[in-house]
Amino acid sequence: MTTDQLSLYCLYAAYSAMAIYTISFIAFALDLAKRSGDAQVAATAAIKAQAQRLAGKAEMIAESAGTPGGSVAVLERTDVDTGADAPRRSSKFERIGMSMMVLGLAVHISSVVLRGFAADRVPWANMFEFGLTGTALIVAVFLIVNLFVNLRYLGAYVMGLNLILLGVAVVNFYVAVSPLVPALQSYWLVIHVFVACLGTAFFAIAGGLSAAQIIQDRRETAKNPGLRLFDTLPGAERLEDLAYRIALVGFVLWTFTLIAGAIWAEKAWGRYWGWDTKETWTFIIWVIYAGYIHARATRGWRGARSAYLSLVGFAAVMFNFSVVNLLFKGLHAYSGL
Amino acid sequence: MARSSDTDKGLTGGSSDTSEDRGVDQRADPLRPSDHIDSEPGDSGDSGITQPRLSPLGYLRFFWRQLTSMRTALLLLMLLALAAVPGSLVPQTSSDPNGVAQYKFDHPTLAPILDKIGLFNTFSTPWFSAVYLLLFVSLVGCIIPRVKHHLEALRSVPPKTPARLSRLAGFQAFDVPRPADPSAAPVSAEIAVAHARSLLRRAGYRTRIVGDSVSAERGYLRETGNLVFHIALLGILVTVGIGGGFGYTGQRVVVVGQTFSNVLGSYDSFNPGRFFNDAQLAPFNIKVDKFTVKYEQKILDAIGTPIEYKTDVTTTQPGATAEKKTIKVNEPLQIGGTNVYLLGNGYAVNVVVRDGEGNVALKDSIPFLPQDSNLTSLGVIKVPDALPKQLGMQGFFYPSAVKQATGAYASNYPDAINPLLSLSVYSGDLGLDDGVPQSVYTLETGKLKVLAGTQSTAEEKPITLKPGQTVKLPDGLGSIEFTGVSRFVSLDIHHDPSQLYVLVFAVLIVLGLLTGLFVPRRRVWVKAVQGENGLRIEYAGLARGEDPTLERAVGDLAKRHQAVLDPKSASDRRKVNP
Repeated sequence: MTTDQLSLYCLYAAYSAMAIYTISFIAFALDLAKRSGDAQVAATAAIKAQAQRLAGKAEMIAESAGTPGGSVAVLERTDVDTGADAPRRSSKFERIGMSMMVLGLAVHISSVVLRGFAADRVPWANMFEFGLTGTALIVAVFLIVNLFVNLRYLGAYVMGLNLILLGVAVVNFYVAVSPLVPALQSYWLVIHVFVACLGTAFFAIAGGLSAAQIIQDRRETAKNPGLRLFDTLPGAERLEDLAYRIALVGFVLWTFTLIAGAIWAEKAWGRYWGWDTKETWTFIIWVIYAGYIHARATRGWRGARSAYLSLVGFAAVMFNFSVVNLLFKGLHAYSGL
Repeated sequence: MARSSDTDKGLTGGSSDTSEDRGVDQRADPLRPSDHIDSEPGDSGDSGITQPRLSPLGYLRFFWRQLTSMRTALLLLMLLALAAVPGSLVPQTSSDPNGVAQYKFDHPTLAPILDKIGLFNTFSTPWFSAVYLLLFVSLVGCIIPRVKHHLEALRSVPPKTPARLSRLAGFQAFDVPRPADPSAAPVSAEIAVAHARSLLRRAGYRTRIVGDSVSAERGYLRETGNLVFHIALLGILVTVGIGGGFGYTGQRVVVVGQTFSNVLGSYDSFNPGRFFNDAQLAPFNIKVDKFTVKYEQKILDAIGTPIEYKTDVTTTQPGATAEKKTIKVNEPLQIGGTNVYLLGNGYAVNVVVRDGEGNVALKDSIPFLPQDSNLTSLGVIKVPDALPKQLGMQGFFYPSAVKQATGAYASNYPDAINPLLSLSVYSGDLGLDDGVPQSVYTLETGKLKVLAGTQSTAEEKPITLKPGQTVKLPDGLGSIEFTGVSRFVSLDIHHDPSQLYVLVFAVLIVLGLLTGLFVPRRRVWVKAVQGENGLRIEYAGLARGEDPTLERAVGDLAKRHQAVLDPKSASDRRKVNP
């Protein structure tokens, strides 16, 4: 097959993946709606149960005048509705969302591979290719993390983010296969860029968890918490733990990206650090996440305050990928646009 | 999911135990700034109570404490991120000098203001330096006591076993079954504890027998990694700051066929470090034999994109035979402790200029600097030896010239397919004899008389030449012959003795980060209690820092320990639950 054919199939696959992701996104959105409904029902049931309990208590008190054992019954009744904390069974929508995501990823990966064959090199050397590969990595990391912890409530976030990024990459950043300029002809392209994309994927998921944590935190302190669907999510502290651990992995990968980039820059440009715009922003992101890690260990900063830093960090990552690549002048001028 | 802080909180509630009873004896813990989440609250002075008057020394201690606190470190980190932002918004002299010049030209009112606050040199301004230096002072203040403390902790023994393990993380108890054979002796507490100890030791714990229990601690590497990471950061700063001063960087344009000698005078530009001296220049010569560039030919959208630059050179060093080497982008040449990079290339035009008296006044290859991706190149030819008047020419070289609708020329391909040289010619005093240094790439035309050019005062139109052609200059001032085209390469010669140390520190940063973040620091206790139904073994753990897998680890230990104590029941269980 020729390069043109292969890159055409790559695009077909990318569009197909987007279609499947859209189904997955809708299913996850429906799941969130269902969570909201379930939580509402549970809340109403809890109120009813409490009312009953109160009524029962009144009865018991009346009865206990004659029978001394009545108060024992009261104690037993209080344990009835702790079911809200029990693990929730996944809904049909959620299962559809997950299986569509897996299917979408399979098609998405085939698109990445086709692009690799079309270009006869690793498919991450311009904006379109970063976008294509990077989004596949976000989904892959999300699915892998899901094998260990249940993060399915983030499905709609991951799919939404992914659809936007992949859509922009395919529609706005598409460029035909072009050969690598000499500066990119290095094995560091394989390592440095891939690890950067992988780190971004971890930051993306940590960012989603931090956003959920902030909302959950507000609800936990509010008198009358809205957004009932968050009743079905873990508590703010658990969300924080997860966000922190995933961001840690991202931070280690980002540190490696920075160092690998410096080693490569020394080979290609004759200096390992020159405050090029992209270098500067990679450094800024590294410092923000370092701040996040410190904030979490600082008394008075653990909780929602440090979570905002995680969001700022991810915003900087996105800024670095989009605005810095496209509008800022610098040596990393590889957008291909 | 135990976090030390949670555990602590849960334990302090309504309990009058001493810290030793709870197993949270902190002598072996990493030392933290007072506002660190893992340090004991209470003495941080944030209580809002009127404080006693501080002596000058007291103030000093107070400020030092503030500077080395977590909160200050966090603030400085955020400031550092913020302070770096302008450096990416405005072109920097260090990385993009032409961009700075252009910016100053485009923003005549804004640029002087930005210049005043140093925004064109953001990363060496006092305010940027202040932020990172304060950050590092804060870091040093934090690290030194921690290193001292950690060195002591490394020699300490695990704390005593707490009185009640049942309130700690992952607690579980196990009744050792009586042996099936009544004549056999039951497992004694000593044996059970000894087994537990050997299991814990094998898992990398430091252990201590306390009565009928074993107290174990592991993960000292966590704090070691943490300290290594921070010290390596400091190491990088110091190495770059001081080591960088011993290096130098220089550029030189070399036309194919010419030789570069590594002496100060042969550099086009040279940036020595603070502690540089001439003796550091390693003696070597590099003769550029050949320069090859490959252009994309197949992919339509990318035709003309360079896909390979390669320079063949012959290097000579004193006492060594000449060697053939190649230099490519991404593959610098290492010679005499320096790296030689191929960072640019272009065309040099070979010209012979004869003056009005018929003598050869100039015979040279003149590099013309590329202006676009199709290598339209701009250059200047200065002929100070021409008589009766000095001659100066400036103009363009087009490797693949095409005439545009406007009548002007342009290059539409980077390779030399249809080379054309177009020159404006001036005569007069070039100003070279005043002793003021001049760039070889610019011509001051203000005081010169234009002989050929686009100006209305010019006698003739600009002269155009193809290789092999000769054109007579106006006013009988001589002639110029365009004999052919050569390639030049722009070599960057860098010497940075600190580079290797920076790399070593960078590797330490990664290793320190991995161990400092992912090695769990924890305590585990195994205790034998003589109960009514025989021997009862209790297990529990305590996290000292982030430790998501503590409960699982305690569970695993209990399982393995029980398998040792009671191999039969363990195998029975396996039968029941395949």
